[in-house]
Amino acid sequence: MMKLRYAGLLCASAMLLAPVSSASANDELLTMQTDASQWVMPLGNYSSTRFSTLKQINRDNVKNMRVAWSFSTGVLRGHEGGPLVIGNMMYVHTPFPNKVFALDLSKDGAIAWTYEPRQDNKVIAIMCCDTVNRGVAYAAGKIFLHQSDTTLVALDAKTGKVAWSAVDGDPNVGETGTSAPTIAGNLVLIGNSGGEFGVRGHMTAYDIATGKQVWRAYSQGPDSDTLMDPKKTTVLGKAVGKDSGLAGWKGDQWKLGGGTTWGWTSFDPTTNTIFYGSGNPGTWNPAQRPGDNRWSMTIWARDLTTGKAKWVYQMTPHDEWDYDGINEMVLVDRQWKGKDRKLLVHFDRNGFAYVMDRMSGELLGAEKFDPAVNWASSVDLKTGLPVRVPEMSTEKTGEDIPTKGICPAALGSKDQQPVSYSPDTGLFYIPGNHVCMDYEPTKVAYVAGSPYVGATLLMYPPKGETNLGRFVAWDPVAQKSVWEIKEQFSVWSGPLATSGGVVFYGTMEGYLKAVDAKTGEVLYRFKTPSGIIGNINTYTFGGKQYVAVLSGVGGWAAIGMAAGLSGDTDGLGAVGAYRGLSDYTNLGGTLTVFEVPG
Amino acid sequence: MIKMKSGRRMLAAALTCLAATAGYSQTTEPAAAPAAAAPVSWSTFSGWKRYHGNCATCHGPDGMGGTFAPSLVNSLKAIDQDKFMDTVVNGKANAQLAMPSFGADPNVMCYIEDIYGYLKARSDGALPRGRPANPPAKPKDFADAEAACMGV
Repeated sequence: MMKLRYAGLLCASAMLLAPVSSASANDELLTMQTDASQWVMPLGNYSSTRFSTLKQINRDNVKNMRVAWSFSTGVLRGHEGGPLVIGNMMYVHTPFPNKVFALDLSKDGAIAWTYEPRQDNKVIAIMCCDTVNRGVAYAAGKIFLHQSDTTLVALDAKTGKVAWSAVDGDPNVGETGTSAPTIAGNLVLIGNSGGEFGVRGHMTAYDIATGKQVWRAYSQGPDSDTLMDPKKTTVLGKAVGKDSGLAGWKGDQWKLGGGTTWGWTSFDPTTNTIFYGSGNPGTWNPAQRPGDNRWSMTIWARDLTTGKAKWVYQMTPHDEWDYDGINEMVLVDRQWKGKDRKLLVHFDRNGFAYVMDRMSGELLGAEKFDPAVNWASSVDLKTGLPVRVPEMSTEKTGEDIPTKGICPAALGSKDQQPVSYSPDTGLFYIPGNHVCMDYEPTKVAYVAGSPYVGATLLMYPPKGETNLGRFVAWDPVAQKSVWEIKEQFSVWSGPLATSGGVVFYGTMEGYLKAVDAKTGEVLYRFKTPSGIIGNINTYTFGGKQYVAVLSGVGGWAAIGMAAGLSGDTDGLGAVGAYRGLSDYTNLGGTLTVFEVPG
Repeated sequence: MIKMKSGRRMLAAALTCLAATAGYSQTTEPAAAPAAAAPVSWSTFSGWKRYHGNCATCHGPDGMGGTFAPSLVNSLKAIDQDKFMDTVVNGKANAQLAMPSFGADPNVMCYIEDIYGYLKARSDGALPRGRPANPPAKPKDFADAEAACMGV
C-alpha cells in the first residue's frame, strides 16, 4: 500500500532532488519528505524547514479548529520533539523512560505496539536540563530511538521488536542521549549530550541495517579524531591547518572539551553533506580553559559517507556565557544580493542570525534577531569574530564576581526548539527566549560523572520588560524582524508554517496558537493539558488534514520558571508582574490532535 | 584526565574546618524586607553560590523547587540536618525522580555546610530570594580550606 502511494510522487520529486547514491536503503526518504500527507522526520524534511504544503486548514477556517482526539503518554516531565506519521501509523516518543507508542490512525489511534527500554534510572540525575528526548526517526521499515543512556536502538516499525542496538557512550562519565537520530543514505547519525559534565562531543554514524559504527567525528582533538583534513577542510575559505582541534586549548583540557552535538542535523543530498552545530566548551568558568576552545560553538559541514569535515565556522570562540551552537541549520535556496545562493540559515543561542553559503562556508550575514542582545555589538563578516562588549566579559569581571545584565541568558535568544521557514512568505518563524542574566564564574573541580559547570546564574527578563519570550517573523535577506508576538514565558516549541497561510506554535502555559503568517494576528488558541515544549506537525489521514502536538511541560526553561525566575532583589521594577509557570500549568505528557470539522 | 586530589578523609577534614566557619546570619526580619536585611556571612553567601552551581538545576532558583525536584525551602521544614546530609551524600532513587549521590563530589562536599546553612536560612524565612546582598570578602581561613578541599 505504501509503495503504491509513493510511486506517483517519484517522478515529481526526482526533478527536485537527485539522489546521490543509487543503492541507498533509504532513498525512499528523499521522496517521502516531499509527501505532505506524512511527517517522516522530526524537522519535516532534510532542509529542516518544518514547512508543510497542506492548506485544508487555513487562515480563513482555522478559527473553527477543534480537538479531534488526544492520547496520554503516562509520562511526566518535559516532552520535547514531536510525533512522526508514516502511512497509517503515528509514532509517539516520551522523555525517560523513552517509551515509543505506535498508534494506528485507521483505528482511532489504537496502540499497535509499545516499546519501553530497560535503563538504569541513575541516568536521570545526569541529564542537566530535564530527561527530554527530541524524537524518533524512520527509515527502511524501522523506527530508531536514541535513549537517555546513549543506546541507539532500531525497532521494527510494524511490531516494535528490536532489530539491533548499539551503545554510543558512557553515562558513568556523564554522557547521555537527548537528540533525535537523523537518517541519510545508509547511515543513522546521532550526536551526544553531556556538555555540563566535561564529556567530549561527537557525531557518530551507524549502518542502518546492522547498527555497526561507520565513523565517529569528535568536536576537538587531533585530526584523526575530528576527521579534519589540514589542507582541504576550511574555515571561512582558508585551510584549517594541522590538528586545529588541539589549537586553542591549554594542555590536555581538550579532553574535557565539551562541544557536544545534541541539536539537529540537516542534509543536502545534492552535495552529500550534513550540517550540525557543537555546544559549549568544558566548564562554564572561562578562566579555567584559556584559548579559543576549538571546535566548540561551531557550525560543521561534513561529508555524509566518510564524516570528513568540509568546512567549519566557530561562532563564539572562548565562550563566556554558555551559548551552545547546536541550534538547527536550515537549508534554503534564495537570492542574496542579486545572486542565487545555496544558503544555510542559523539562529544561534548567542542571539545572532547567521547566513552562510553552505557550499563554501562563506559568512554572508550575521545580525541580532533579538534587540536585547548585548554581549557583542556585531559580527565582523571578514574575520567571523564577534565584536565583544568588554563589560559583558565574565572572564574579565573575574571569578566569584557576577557580571550583570548580560543578554541573552545562557538559555540563548533561542534554544534547540527549531524554527520554521515558509517559502510562501519567505519568512522564518522564530520561537524565542527574551531572558538576561547575571553570570558568576566559580572554581570547579572535574569529577567524572559529576556536573562540571562552575558558574552561578540568575535569569530575568530584560530591563523594563516583563515578557520572557518572543515569537518572531524574520526576513532572512533584509535581516530584520517583520512582526513579533510577546509571550509571557519562553517560546520553547518548534513552530509549523503551512501553505494555508497559518503558523502554529505552542506556549509554556499550554496554548496551541495559530497565527496569520503575514501579520502575526492570533486566529485561534486552545489550552492543552500541560505546557508545550514540543514541536508541531501536520499530516493527512483519509484525505483530511490534522495538526498534532505533544504537551508536557519541562525542559531547561521550566526549571527556573516553575519557581519564577525573578529574585526580588533584582530591582527590575517588575516584581509581581509575572509569576511562576506553576501558576499556569502542571506536568503530564499528552498528545493533542486538531482538525477543522467538515 | 584531572583526578580528584583528596580522598574522603581529606574531605572530612576540610569539612570540619569549614564547619567552624559555618553559620549564617539569623535575622528575624520577614522576607518581605530584603533591603533592610543584615549582611550575610561568607558561608551563607558561599552556600547560595554553590547551591546555584550544583543543585538549582533540579531544585530551582532560591531553593524554590523545579519541575524535577522538590522545593528545599519546604523540605527543610520536614527533615533535619542528618537526613539532609545522608540524602546529599548517598542520593536516592525512585521510578521517575532520582537524586544523585554527591558524596565524592568536592564541588558539593567541600561546601555542604554552607549549602545547608543557606537553605536552612531560606527555609526559616531568614533570607529572601536572590543573590544575598552585600556579601563580605572571602575570609582567609575559608580560602585555605577551600583550596585544600577542592585541590584546584
